[in-house]
Amino acid sequence: MSKSDNAKKYWKENLRYVTILLSIWFSVSFLAGVVLKDFLDQYSFGGFPLGFWFAQQGSIYVFVILIFVYVRWMNKLDKKYNYDKD
Amino acid sequence: MTVQIWTYSIVALTFALYIGIAIWSRAGSTKEFYVAGGGVSPLANGMATAADWMSAASFISMAGLISFIGYDGSVYLMGWTGGYVLLALLLAPYLRKFGKFTVPDFIGERYYSKTARLVAVFCALLVSFTYVAGQMRGVGVVFSRFLEVDITTGVIIGMIIVLFYAVLGGMKGITYTQVAQYCVLIFAFMVPAIFISFQMTGNPIPQLGMGGKGADGMYLLEKLNGLSTELGFAEYTSGSKSKMDIFAITAALMVGTAGLPHVIVRFFTVKKVKDARKSAGLALLLIAILYTAAPAVAVFARLNLINTVSGQPYAQMPGWFSNWESTGLLGFNDKNGDGLIQYSANAMLNELTVDRDIMVLANPEIANLPAWVIALVAAGGLAAALSTAAGLLLVISSSVSHDLVKNVFKPDISDKQELLVARLSAVGAVVVAGYFGINPPGFVAAVVALAFGLAAASFFPAIILGIFYKKMNKEGAIAGMIVGIGLMLFYMLKFKFGIFDGGKTAVAGLSKDWWFGISPEGFGFIAMLVNFAVSLTINAVTPEPPGEVQEIVETIRIPSGAGEATH
Repeated sequence: MSKSDNAKKYWKENLRYVTILLSIWFSVSFLAGVVLKDFLDQYSFGGFPLGFWFAQQGSIYVFVILIFVYVRWMNKLDKKYNYDKD
Repeated sequence: MTVQIWTYSIVALTFALYIGIAIWSRAGSTKEFYVAGGGVSPLANGMATAADWMSAASFISMAGLISFIGYDGSVYLMGWTGGYVLLALLLAPYLRKFGKFTVPDFIGERYYSKTARLVAVFCALLVSFTYVAGQMRGVGVVFSRFLEVDITTGVIIGMIIVLFYAVLGGMKGITYTQVAQYCVLIFAFMVPAIFISFQMTGNPIPQLGMGGKGADGMYLLEKLNGLSTELGFAEYTSGSKSKMDIFAITAALMVGTAGLPHVIVRFFTVKKVKDARKSAGLALLLIAILYTAAPAVAVFARLNLINTVSGQPYAQMPGWFSNWESTGLLGFNDKNGDGLIQYSANAMLNELTVDRDIMVLANPEIANLPAWVIALVAAGGLAAALSTAAGLLLVISSSVSHDLVKNVFKPDISDKQELLVARLSAVGAVVVAGYFGINPPGFVAAVVALAFGLAAASFFPAIILGIFYKKMNKEGAIAGMIVGIGLMLFYMLKFKFGIFDGGKTAVAGLSKDWWFGISPEGFGFIAMLVNFAVSLTINAVTPEPPGEVQEIVETIRIPSGAGEATH
């Protein structure tokens, strides 16, 4: 595999990861916390209305997890394409 | 010991620590001054980023603000954390690989143009100056309430401290002081939060206590909803802004966060691309501790406030009430002369005015916590304000010394001279920021929130396109930035300051004319979309960028071989 082929494939996989993670990012904040908030509020989570919980708590927890998943996936990807050396 | 003595001791101790670190970490070269030598560990950078990020607004104002607007306050919680996901996934690794000192550096080189660099410098200075003035004001407020010096003296003391470590240590000094400041501020925020959560719900974890039950067996949120509607306010968990506006403000804050130069530049200080990703994750984790506790503090504070004052006789108010009354941030006007405090959403009947900024600072007193906890909060507020101010001052000074002097006006300047210019511009920036802290032009507070809109409307599209769209050219990027920031400024001036319709007094009446029903705070989102559209349209009708620029884009997409940050 040529050098630029390798780079292209790496980039494509990277974009796929980013798309997946950003869809989740959008869903927990803009969808669950804003657009669907009133609908979700009919359910409750402990003492929280569910939509309100997503807006003030849940989305933030998910954001943290998303970045760490990204770090993990990218470290693996770097290794796979041999970009993990300096 | 009294609160006063505790406060003096704790504040003096933390200041001594900051100065000690500054002396230990003096900068000897421009590289140390701009990017701390480029060898900061991911954890240290994560902590420094968190302190850099969490300003007086996060520490002092945010929980109080949420306290009064309930669900509507979610825009700050999601907006100021969600931006880190964008930063980690779309910007930080690539900008680190690019390996320069400043954001205008990236814009200038990626778009092979001095004009692009100058436009970026202008945007960076506009964003950073508006932001830093608010920080100095925060320092002044904490000093005046807790140390009982006047605001001017407070601001000057703050200026001297910041000057000391920002000018001496540059990024290196700032990084290691910010690590210490993170520890101080998170401890200071969490201790009272844990105390109060335990007091009110029996659960020491505020994030859980918020959804817990009070002593009367009722869920806190349910009770707060009931009390709010009783007094005529909107239900706490529902809020009153339109969905469209909530969406736009959240988006503007997220994108603005990812576009703020003082945050981005932190990722130039780590060794490898891998470290940049990891430290973005650590930064958000450390920030999330405060950001998930803040809405809990908001609920506790609101309930405590209503329970303590609403319908109670003024003569029986505890000591904190008169303390805050004397600062003018809390007021009682007995309209019906019955000696009771009527608190109501109805302006005709309401007798209590509360500046929302005091909620976090007054909270420990309202909850009767021990004196050392109250003192700790003062030190935490100062740490938050000083750390952010220092980060912003560095952006201002490096924009001047590196982007203007070194790269535009006097390219043959030596490293030593450039370092001197950087230090002098840091001094100049501190003085200007201090001036605005002492004489806040009425609009400072308003403009701080708008700094995000400006960053979203200018930098974010240019950087994203620069990385993800190889064929993006300078004509498109420059036009996009100018139109984006111009449109944002216009909207701000029109709807926030009312300058086209007869000034401040007209502002309230203009809200019905908001485009798409979006407030000036959320308009950065629209201006950003316009920036993208203009960039891509102009790009389509102007020549492709030169081959070597496209090659640069190819290389920044590959993490290996990041090397060190260079000129």
